[in-house]
Amino acid sequence: MIDLPRLIQEAERQLSICNACRYCEGYCAVFPALERRLSVESSDVLYLANLCHDCGACLQACPYAPPHEFRVDIPEALGSVRLGSYRRYTWPRRGAGLFDNAIAASVLLTCAGAILAIAAIIGLSGMSALTTIDVRAGSFYRVVPWLAMLIPSLFATGFGVIVIAAGAGQFWREMSATHRLKSLRWRHVVGAVADAMRLQYLDGAGPGCYYPDRMRPSSMRRTLHHAAAYGFGLCFAATAVAAFEQDVLSVLPPYPLFSIPVVLGTIGGICIIVGTAGLLGLKLKAFAGGIRLSGFALDASFLMLLMLASLTGLLLLALRGTAAMGGLLAAHLATLLALYATFPYGKFVHAAYRFTALVKNRAEHDAEVTY
Amino acid sequence: MSREVGPPGQRSDVATDVNNPSLEDHVWDVVVVGGGNAGLVAAIVARERGLEVLVLEAAPPEMRAGNTRHTRNIRCAHSEPTSSAQGTYTTDELYEDLCSVGARPVDETLARLTVVQSATIPDWMTGHGVRWQPPLRGVLNLNRTNHFFLGGGRALANHYYWLAERKGVRVRYKAKVTNIELQDNLALAVIVSTGTLHRRIRARAFILACGGFEANRGLLERYWGSAAANFVVRGTPFNDGTVLSLMTRAGAETAGDGKGFHAIAVDARSPMFDGGISTRVDCIPFGVVVNMLAQRFADEGEEIWPKRYASWGQLIASQPNQTAVAIYDSKVRGRFVPSVYPPYESDSIEGLALMVGLPRQRLTETIANFNSHVTQGSAFNPNQPDWCTTVGLEPAKSNWALRIDKAPYFAIPLRPGVTFTFLGLAIDSNAQVRMRDSRTFRNVYAAGEVMSGNVLSGGYLAGFGLAIGTVFGRIAGSHVLMTSAL
Repeated sequence: MIDLPRLIQEAERQLSICNACRYCEGYCAVFPALERRLSVESSDVLYLANLCHDCGACLQACPYAPPHEFRVDIPEALGSVRLGSYRRYTWPRRGAGLFDNAIAASVLLTCAGAILAIAAIIGLSGMSALTTIDVRAGSFYRVVPWLAMLIPSLFATGFGVIVIAAGAGQFWREMSATHRLKSLRWRHVVGAVADAMRLQYLDGAGPGCYYPDRMRPSSMRRTLHHAAAYGFGLCFAATAVAAFEQDVLSVLPPYPLFSIPVVLGTIGGICIIVGTAGLLGLKLKAFAGGIRLSGFALDASFLMLLMLASLTGLLLLALRGTAAMGGLLAAHLATLLALYATFPYGKFVHAAYRFTALVKNRAEHDAEVTY
Repeated sequence: MSREVGPPGQRSDVATDVNNPSLEDHVWDVVVVGGGNAGLVAAIVARERGLEVLVLEAAPPEMRAGNTRHTRNIRCAHSEPTSSAQGTYTTDELYEDLCSVGARPVDETLARLTVVQSATIPDWMTGHGVRWQPPLRGVLNLNRTNHFFLGGGRALANHYYWLAERKGVRVRYKAKVTNIELQDNLALAVIVSTGTLHRRIRARAFILACGGFEANRGLLERYWGSAAANFVVRGTPFNDGTVLSLMTRAGAETAGDGKGFHAIAVDARSPMFDGGISTRVDCIPFGVVVNMLAQRFADEGEEIWPKRYASWGQLIASQPNQTAVAIYDSKVRGRFVPSVYPPYESDSIEGLALMVGLPRQRLTETIANFNSHVTQGSAFNPNQPDWCTTVGLEPAKSNWALRIDKAPYFAIPLRPGVTFTFLGLAIDSNAQVRMRDSRTFRNVYAAGEVMSGNVLSGGYLAGFGLAIGTVFGRIAGSHVLMTSAL
């Protein structure tokens, strides 16, 4: 169980030491944002926690890190508050429990998705659809009817978007309660998009992220995150193009190998697999190296689901002309459904909260410069 | 002499395991005592010249690098703007600054040498992969004279350790040197103790870079008497002056004043050791400082930037019980870097006196008297000397003098926080340790705080300790090749 008030209090204690030291101000946005504050309230800690990208540069540089009696470990202190903040802003309150049982939730949801998909196939298309070889246009929909694919996915993603947006909104309001912005402009949002897309603050101000080795910087994590995130973007684009081809041009899938949806989806899928497998590998290496990974289950289950969704997608592409197509389609839809369902209750939310914090950071920084 | 040095990993670890008896058979080219900035620079430079180098670091890995852990910038001269500093800072100006903070340097030749060579440090550091911080904003605006490296001294030391080991320097931790074996003016070996184990480590040359003696209360008392008991040591707990004492007993000449140290005003509630930068109290120019008799004793508004912090350690060290209290009011809150401990806070001066144990009547009088001498002549400006001054008050407050009259009032108890001591080994311009009989030790060098007394006297110039360490670390590391014993 996460005792958020206690974690915030501990982070406040450590941050007051940082604010008297300030050696780390060149590393990222967290320390300049801290210096803008005379006193640190709990909403400020929640803000700084989500602004922190966990690059670890400050820890290796910290003269007060354990075994020093001040016991300063900002990546750990802010990381655990960050985890707590995901639970704090979620809805319904009961959903918070899913953050604590991320692996179980992912496995159960994937199984539920699989049962649902197989039930849909058997109920709507008949048992034989699972093993029929079918390569003509619309073959997927003869296994799982289009609406049976569309409605659960739309429902899950729509619900996720609403929950995450509401959470980010509440996060924004809480941050604004103690430090109201003078103004928020489009350029702040655009700047934050740039910060997020470059992972500006995951590079330890140049040499890289102190992960998985807490003493030696490396750009590996940033590169792998880029692969996973941009791969995800490519898959999203592939889906959008496919929807366009189907609903506007009335060309039904499966699409040829050298069509836009398949090329985008294939590259995206490979990027996701490389990125997620690499990130999982780094995580295991970090774990073996003795780094405390408070968000391990949350991160790992999200990475696994992303990887599984891509793997099943690529397998489906490779074997769509065989009798395995029906089963692979069921597996792919099941992992996708589990992925969508865990969006608001898993690691995916970090994108929303961190982006919100980045917008706030851009606006604050701007206000400071133009005073 | 042995020159067949392979990359780390290819060699057996026998030679570096202090617990391994066969260590005693090995003869290193260079043993560096102390793994802070000076020692690491010396080790890297010696290794780059093909020598086989062992660094003995008294601390465990997580506490390594001595006072380098607590540094954040290095003061160097530069004749044009660089990526790490703005404007120009000529060697003459740096030398003048050095003279202005204390008495004349003890050894003017070495002081000049340090200043001149400092100009080559930033390029050397950049060339060795050190990263600089982008120009600063805010309260720390020293960026013309001082070059700020990214992340401060522990990040710097981490990098140097990594670089040194990658080049093939061997490092032993928890390796405290407890004795030095000498034959007249030639050092043969050091005795390293880990717990009850003693190992003799032989080398052809020794570079002593093991810091001052600030962590040795007994040695501090020799020069400061009972006052030393009230000093806070904001630096590393590992600098206990053992090697300095050993060398002095063996005939080494000393340089510097026994009472000389870099000390600043720190929060009296700070840890006994290792509090570093965060225990520094930044509010002094914004209020008044009284001793435990509730009397002011120095000009809190004196504008001498390089001395701003360094002078208050010595000032408080000379007050009764080596304790003082900084007092300010709500008007200036937020104008300075907060201390790590929250200030005492009260709605009245009497209440504040009660909280920090000052005589109430006396403190009220002192504040009232101070307030009545404040002229609101010019506009208060915390960013530069503003001539907001007291008139007819002794001691005066010559800048930033505002009445202390807006509740709530705040108080921070102060102690001298010693960073490092100056008294050390006298050296020549090759960094070779001099003897009292005017010879030098043939194969013993010194770099860093352990020889800072050659250059520093009285005051301290922020960021200059690292410059001294880097200059003499490089000199020792390169000159060691010329050692006749090699």
